Amino acid sequence: MTRAEKPLMKRLKKDCVSYMMMAPYLTLFIVFTVIPVVYAIWLSFTSFNLFQPPRFLFLDNYRTLFLHDEVFLKAVRNTLVFAAITGPVSYAACFMLAWMITDFSRGPRAILTTIIYVPSISGAVFMIWSIMFSSDSYGYINTVLTRLGLLNDPVMWLEDTRYVLAVVIIVSLWLSLGTSFLSFIAGLQNVDRTLYEAGAVDGVTNRWQELWYITLPSMRPQLMFGAVMQITAAFGTGDVSARLAGLPSVDYAAHTIVNHITDYGYTRFEMGYASAIAVILFIMMVGSNKLVQRMLRKVGS
Amino acid sequence: MAKKLHRRTTARVNRSRGGNIASLAFLLILCSFMLLPMVFVVSNAFKPLDELFIYPPKLLVNKPTLDNFASMMKLMSQSWVPFSRYLFNTVFLTAAGTLGHLVFASLAAYPLARHNFAGRNLIFGCIVLSLMFSSSVTQIPSYIIITKIGLLDSHLATLLPALQYSLGLYLIKQFMETIPDSVIEAARIDGASEWRIWAKIAMPMVKPAWLTLIILMIQQLWNAISPYTFSEELKTLPQALNQILSGGIARTGVSAAVSLFMLSVPFITFVVSQSQIIETMNSSGIKD
Repeated sequence: MTRAEKPLMKRLKKDCVSYMMMAPYLTLFIVFTVIPVVYAIWLSFTSFNLFQPPRFLFLDNYRTLFLHDEVFLKAVRNTLVFAAITGPVSYAACFMLAWMITDFSRGPRAILTTIIYVPSISGAVFMIWSIMFSSDSYGYINTVLTRLGLLNDPVMWLEDTRYVLAVVIIVSLWLSLGTSFLSFIAGLQNVDRTLYEAGAVDGVTNRWQELWYITLPSMRPQLMFGAVMQITAAFGTGDVSARLAGLPSVDYAAHTIVNHITDYGYTRFEMGYASAIAVILFIMMVGSNKLVQRMLRKVGS
Repeated sequence: MAKKLHRRTTARVNRSRGGNIASLAFLLILCSFMLLPMVFVVSNAFKPLDELFIYPPKLLVNKPTLDNFASMMKLMSQSWVPFSRYLFNTVFLTAAGTLGHLVFASLAAYPLARHNFAGRNLIFGCIVLSLMFSSSVTQIPSYIIITKIGLLDSHLATLLPALQYSLGLYLIKQFMETIPDSVIEAARIDGASEWRIWAKIAMPMVKPAWLTLIILMIQQLWNAISPYTFSEELKTLPQALNQILSGGIARTGVSAAVSLFMLSVPFITFVVSQSQIIETMNSSGIKD
């Protein structure tokens, strides 16, 4: 039934029901998501400390960020390095693992799914990594590496500017096999099985051809959804760094954009400046999401 | 619908034995990377004091004990505000937030999935866009808004933003699109109102999606540390437990016990509802 076929009054009444059903959710969504985004953009052009009214500065915050704030530039660099590694690696890992465990039967598959997924919902458990990477005699990784003869002296994993970002990346990867992983498992189980047999008849000879020509194109919607989840998480990193390496981390070596927002927003109460950082993060997140969506439309073609 | 998942995938075409072995090896390596820290936490939680501080450190526990859990209970009972208060706060926020989110999100998802009204694409476009940035973008203005509407230092400041978590709405909306048209049309012909169709037809048919939303919310709220509450009696369990966790190396064993204790709720929920969650994720895709 299309819109045009219905009488106007009935259509209005029906639309009214739709809006009423959405009203509770939408009200909260507008108050806690839409307005904050718009408000952040406005605040980013001002100087605001919560006590005096905002003072309009236009582009001064952005000028300071890019021309005078070396820590910000370091945070951008760290976030880009972090996102460029964890985004693709976690995305590929989510997919490869989901793809491999789909070949298993039900029981083992459920166990493997749990092993892989649980770290992402484990809350504070990731703090165990700080003991594993600890530089004192309790540090598990130093002990193992020394015993294997790979290390002579213990490495200060979390206190050395050369390693701290790498450690944060490893721990974040461990935490990152979440919603996308489940989405991929579901997408893979849903691929029409007859396509595989038809493919085998049509000259698909190995798992990689099958993957590219049949599996990936059939689950493109899940691939796009997973990409959104992983990209947003990769750029939104901050908590792991702050908890493992401290805020600020040694010489800002693991300082991310989110850490910089926390620093200016909650420690220094420079809300306008913090908002300008948030707006840049917003642009980076949405921009890379849109870019990757465009690339994924080409999969399997 | 559940039947489809039970379909087994034996005797795959296009699989070589060598490839199977290689993929198994790869899987084993990655799984041990995922599992190792978990094993470490579990065994630390059961290690007696002398084993925790042994050099070189051992991965597995030798003589398991419940001492760490006993110390955890003791530390809890010594807290300034009765510990049951923190537990109540977290259970209350998790339960109310999950239930509220489920009702609000599914109520909004139904028209988005099944009705064709003016502004639908715009609203859904905004929802999808909101999946593309994290809450760190909006945390500063949210803080100011919560202050201005007088919610600072109240449970509502944690609860209300959680109710509009857009991933939940998105997933349930995608799932509702898979309900056959004929079912809904039949109910309309019988004269059922849209509210009734939502409650009596759409909701029962998307039960797997409820579980998914429930586990997503439990993950969010069970571990939530609200930046908007300051009073001791409003603090949540993870906030109180973090104070134990931050006790440093001396509390290694107790921290592990605390982490396990906190993990138990999301873990059990996931294990129990795994197949339903994966069924929901079937329809999670973003369509071109």
